[in-house]
Amino acid sequence: MMPGKLAKTAGFLIYAAILLILVPRLIDSYERWDLYYTLTSVALLSIASAGVWLTFFIGRINIGQAAYALIGGYVSAVMVVDHGISFWWTLPAAGLFCAVVSVFVGLPILRLRGVYFAMVTLVFTEVAKMVALALPITHGASGIVNIPLPGALEIFGFTLIPDFNTLDNSRRGFYFLSVVLMLICFLGMYRLVHSRMGRLCFSLQQNEELASSIGVNISYLRIVAYAISSFLGGIGGAIFAAISQSVYPSSFAVADSINFMLNCFLGGLGYVFGPMLGTFVLYFGWDWLFQTGKYQLLIFSSILIALMLVLPNGLLSIRLPGWKKNG
Amino acid sequence: MADVLTIDKLTRRFGGLYAVNNVSFNVAENEILSVIGPNGAGKSTLFKLIASFLRPTSGEVCFKGERISGLAPHIVARKGVVRTFQETTIFRNMSVRENVIIAHHLQSRATLFGYFMGSRNARQDEQSFGESADDILQLLNLDHVANELASNLPHGNLRALGIAIGLATNATVLLLDEPFAGMNHEETMRTVQMVQGVRDRGVTVLLVEHDMAAVMKISDRIVVLNFGEKIAEGTAAEIQHDERVIEAYLGIEDESIGL
Repeated sequence: MMPGKLAKTAGFLIYAAILLILVPRLIDSYERWDLYYTLTSVALLSIASAGVWLTFFIGRINIGQAAYALIGGYVSAVMVVDHGISFWWTLPAAGLFCAVVSVFVGLPILRLRGVYFAMVTLVFTEVAKMVALALPITHGASGIVNIPLPGALEIFGFTLIPDFNTLDNSRRGFYFLSVVLMLICFLGMYRLVHSRMGRLCFSLQQNEELASSIGVNISYLRIVAYAISSFLGGIGGAIFAAISQSVYPSSFAVADSINFMLNCFLGGLGYVFGPMLGTFVLYFGWDWLFQTGKYQLLIFSSILIALMLVLPNGLLSIRLPGWKKNG
Repeated sequence: MADVLTIDKLTRRFGGLYAVNNVSFNVAENEILSVIGPNGAGKSTLFKLIASFLRPTSGEVCFKGERISGLAPHIVARKGVVRTFQETTIFRNMSVRENVIIAHHLQSRATLFGYFMGSRNARQDEQSFGESADDILQLLNLDHVANELASNLPHGNLRALGIAIGLATNATVLLLDEPFAGMNHEETMRTVQMVQGVRDRGVTVLLVEHDMAAVMKISDRIVVLNFGEKIAEGTAAEIQHDERVIEAYLGIEDESIGL
């Protein structure tokens, strides 16, 4: 193994250890259980944001991720509540359902570029909400409530994940679930971006015409990237529905779509881990500014605008003096 | 020599304007054929039609006897007809070497998923693409800037990179769009050698160009367009003495065209 690779692996393992061992210990010893919920949200939102980041990576501004989060939430909720299927089966099902939907949505709209694609995806968020209001299966405006907590996941009689009802603190269970999924998600993203597939996606971002003239099937690649993105949105939404034990047409709205996009901007579009940092800072920044009362939104948006002007490449582009940039 | 490309009564109309009108000619295997003509003669449109970036209004383009007009550009590229672009069309935010490596796409054996998982095919691809890229970079004198960001390259090298990308696709027919534009004499002569080097690797070259001196020097045959129509076809010597060609050029602007 090369030294650089070794250092990266070690860094990732340390990061995972902090999230999975240190943070829960601190939270338990200070009895700040609410932080579990907050950090779980950050983890889930950053999974959905990672999807948005991937669409940025192929050169598309995606303001429609909330639609997939909503769809994912509903798919899981309907399967669990109305059909009694285990949550653990509905989780991948929600992701796959979103991926399939995104293929049909993406086929016509991925030809659009720039602000046109952005506008259509924005509208799509609203469409998803309208559909949720109108369809009988989603129970209209009253949504789906009293979703049971995830049961046990057993494989060949071996309990892989215990029943969340038996946990003394289900929030802690969701925290571990979400953080583990987030780590897997970003590990996969890192791998994707640094594989040849990532280079192909990057070539789309740079110049679609040239990419197609060297023989890249650009419409196929765009669909694949968009489907992965939507898959992640669906996964995030499904777990959210399970945590809040409910899902409404307004569970994910246009504001969430915009936040997913902002998370990517804030963290840095050029960095795989950008959405993770961006989500964390944005979520906690917003919470922290709560004390400013009615000025919360004003201060929040001013800071965001200032950050984008000063750091157009995101927070991860900050380098200490003398630190050499290494991609 | 066998014909690799047959352009048959190709026509493309934009509204009432015939950008390309009833143009027919053949491109023989491993030759360098140039398409010249005054500004607005329809050269670029003809290129787009051949690479299938545009659909013809009527007529067709056949590659080795098989109709390629109407197919998606990446399918045409897969069959072996690859277009490079005017000016600085490259992947700007990749290194020079990466540009050439990515252009090997058509030779990939691994699937997207295989690349993601790092399958054996994927690793072999990476290695052979890297080696081939180094080869091409050396041929086009780009090896000393291999790790530079492409957007930092000077003009002359950019053009060479465009040709390198074309070469990397392993195309049968390479369409070069104004490879000498904006170059001084010395750069042009160097690029002429490059294009000849490309041909020596067995590639058929079709190029659109303004620079007459370079065209006369490099081309096996020349096709002249004016107002979308073919007015002449032949060797450099034949073209230089063709009255319609002289008229087409001198009729537009009274300047030396280096004939």
